Amino acid sequence: MDVMDTIRQTFFQECSEQLTEMESGLLVMSEGEADSDTINAVFRAVHSIKGGAGAFKLEALVQFAHKFETALDHIRSGKLAAGGDVMKVLLRAADILSDLVDASRDDVAIEPDTWQASADELLALTASADGAEDEDDFGSIDFQPALIDFGDTPSDGIAIEPLTSTFNIGFRPKPELYGNANETILVLRELSRMGTTQIACDTSDIPSLDDIDPAGAYISWTIALDTTENADAVASVFEFVDTDADISIEQPSSFSLPDLPEPFKFSASTDAPVEVAEVIESVEAPSAVVEAAPVIREEATAPVVPFPAAAPPQQTAAKTDAKPAALATIRVEFDRVDRLINLVGELVINQAMLSQRVAESNISNSSPIAVGLEELEQLTREIQEGVMGISAQPVKPLFQRMGRIVREVSDATGKEVRFKTEGDATEVDKTVVERLADPLTHMIRNAVDHGLETPEARVAAGKPAEGVVRLTAAHRSGRIVIEVSDDGAGINRAKVRESAIKKGLIPADVQLTDSEIDNLLFLPGFSTANSISNISGRGVGMDVVKRSIQALGGRISITSRPGKGSTFSLSLPLTLAVLDGMVVCVNGQTLVLPLTAIVETLKPKEQDVHCLGADGRVMAIRSTFVPLIDVGVKLGFRRTTLNPSAGVAILIETENGSRSALLVDSIQDQRQVVIKSLETNYGNVSGIAAATILGDGRVALILDVDSLVKASDVDQLAPELRYGTGG
Amino acid sequence: MTKTVLTIDDSRTMRDMLRMALTDAGFNVLQAEDGVHGMEVLSGSNPDVIVTDINMPRMDGFGVIEAVRKEQRYRNIPVLVLTTESDQAKKLRAKAAGATGWIVKPFEPEKLVAAIRRVSA
Repeated sequence: MDVMDTIRQTFFQECSEQLTEMESGLLVMSEGEADSDTINAVFRAVHSIKGGAGAFKLEALVQFAHKFETALDHIRSGKLAAGGDVMKVLLRAADILSDLVDASRDDVAIEPDTWQASADELLALTASADGAEDEDDFGSIDFQPALIDFGDTPSDGIAIEPLTSTFNIGFRPKPELYGNANETILVLRELSRMGTTQIACDTSDIPSLDDIDPAGAYISWTIALDTTENADAVASVFEFVDTDADISIEQPSSFSLPDLPEPFKFSASTDAPVEVAEVIESVEAPSAVVEAAPVIREEATAPVVPFPAAAPPQQTAAKTDAKPAALATIRVEFDRVDRLINLVGELVINQAMLSQRVAESNISNSSPIAVGLEELEQLTREIQEGVMGISAQPVKPLFQRMGRIVREVSDATGKEVRFKTEGDATEVDKTVVERLADPLTHMIRNAVDHGLETPEARVAAGKPAEGVVRLTAAHRSGRIVIEVSDDGAGINRAKVRESAIKKGLIPADVQLTDSEIDNLLFLPGFSTANSISNISGRGVGMDVVKRSIQALGGRISITSRPGKGSTFSLSLPLTLAVLDGMVVCVNGQTLVLPLTAIVETLKPKEQDVHCLGADGRVMAIRSTFVPLIDVGVKLGFRRTTLNPSAGVAILIETENGSRSALLVDSIQDQRQVVIKSLETNYGNVSGIAAATILGDGRVALILDVDSLVKASDVDQLAPELRYGTGG
Repeated sequence: MTKTVLTIDDSRTMRDMLRMALTDAGFNVLQAEDGVHGMEVLSGSNPDVIVTDINMPRMDGFGVIEAVRKEQRYRNIPVLVLTTESDQAKKLRAKAAGATGWIVKPFEPEKLVAAIRRVSA
């Protein structure tokens, strides 16, 4: 691949990082909590995008980023307050910038009107901040850094005799010139490259040795330059030094050498220029003693004087070091990580098998083999955690994209929305993050479009005009739980029911609980909106959301309170890879229970178990009753329930915090298992989350405790199970 | 002798471009990701020229210039500032801080090389 193409790729990768950085900074700013570091980071992000875009000649991107950057610079310098309206403009600009980056990356032609409105808004901001600043400063880059050839330009073909002209140049450096590490000799060398020079040095201002300031500049120069270059090119040689020297450039019509007061020709044999430069260099140290001859002085002073000036800067450098270093990162193709994850999975299984073989061969626990094996197990676990960590990603970028959806929908609907996120740092496998984008987008749209009321309606209901949409993520029971909630009117259950009856989804006379009605939203072909708005009506219903969440091994549930709002809750596996589990035995079958769901295990006594209804049983645990579920019966391993006293009860807690006891025959072991998806290889089985391969090579099913418990709770039955309309 | 250039820029894109342009021109290239990192790299090396960005986290380009000019053993190293700003004020500020010269982004490789040649012996 061409080097430029590679760098271009890097640029767009970097852009997406910068955009994330920018967005999170802007969100902090709109919360009114931004410090100067945050604002600087946002500024830098936009600035970097502009810089890179310039290198690839992405004109629209450069221009827009420049306007954006100017506005941010005004905030940074305090000229512009980052109030609510300003932040809205900035957030819109952030969206446009992100669009422009995408379009540039994909080489899509960019219509100016896609960004002009936002650019005008930004311009208005900056204009309001400082009256009428000339926005045209950009693009008028007059800088031409010395494109110098060597005076022999006219080459092949028609020989146009170059017009040679002579410049008389006076050059008197000030001390600052040397202080900034510029060198007269380099300037003279540049001039010499342009043509033929005659250089004279005026040393008449050099004071007596006693009066010399080591950092002073006492020598001036006169240069006669014969060149084919124009005056601008000649002037550009002095660009870096023009404020640090008195410079005069004359282009006399006559070609005579100027009459110099004390001229002498510049040549290597004279002791003037080279050594003078050295003198200046060596005497710049304030501590340098000024008695010896210049050239010797450098050697003489160095060992004696400890350069006191050098100490303080070192200290300041150490101070700035105290800030935490940015984490260094490398980029790795996802395929490689994927391969590593699979290999580690095999390693875990292999290690488990080895442990089992050793256990079977009656080796004492204190034998070196057993001890070594234990260490191996520990290492394996650490490797596994490390590898899982590689592919884990925070949900932050995903959440930030949702911020944009909220803004778009609120603009389109005229609703005022405050978007809040929590748990941005929660990590989940990259594949899970990617596949969450679409369902989340739809849920967020719904929350704003259907969930929140109009500002007027909110005020009438005694709520603040501004609605709140909250997006949270958290780890719970070894899964990630993502919630989208709004503080809107809640689900209008009467309307939902009526609509479902009208559409023939449910019989008109059916009795439904509140949660059953809420779950009707997930039925295919259901839509409460009377007219399909252009926001939510994109042909994707909640049924599609539900299916895509299920495809990820996840579940979705709704809670809603009239007048208070609704919460959609997603529960997803963190990764499709490993699980800490308790291995149990049920009717000769080996099953695995996720350890994270288990509260405790106990041996039930017969008097603690009570019958409830036809075939329900509850168990008394420390003065509370929890449902007792016979796993063997539930999964169809046996028909008659097990005598509780013959088995073991495992108290588990589901995601919504409710507890149940699962009755199994016996507990075998507690170990880590590698999850092998059942959905991919076989199909979705209710009550079963996945499968694993045990140490002895047998397949064991991993229980999905939530769905196991839910399926026994009649009220919680999913509508499609009840009405047979599910797909 | 091969000249060594230390480039300090927080943008990976810009670092890559600088590396490409300078390596092609036969320079030995050292790179740092921000001012603090730049000073660390500087302390373990002896570059002929430093090229630094202005806007960077932790320590910006002005900070780099200041730190370089303060220290006896670095103070004669030319420092070129990379800037997208073409306005005189930015340049003057860099100049006042002790910058030797500047390069306006986006740069043509030959202009970058010419600017480096103009400040390095």
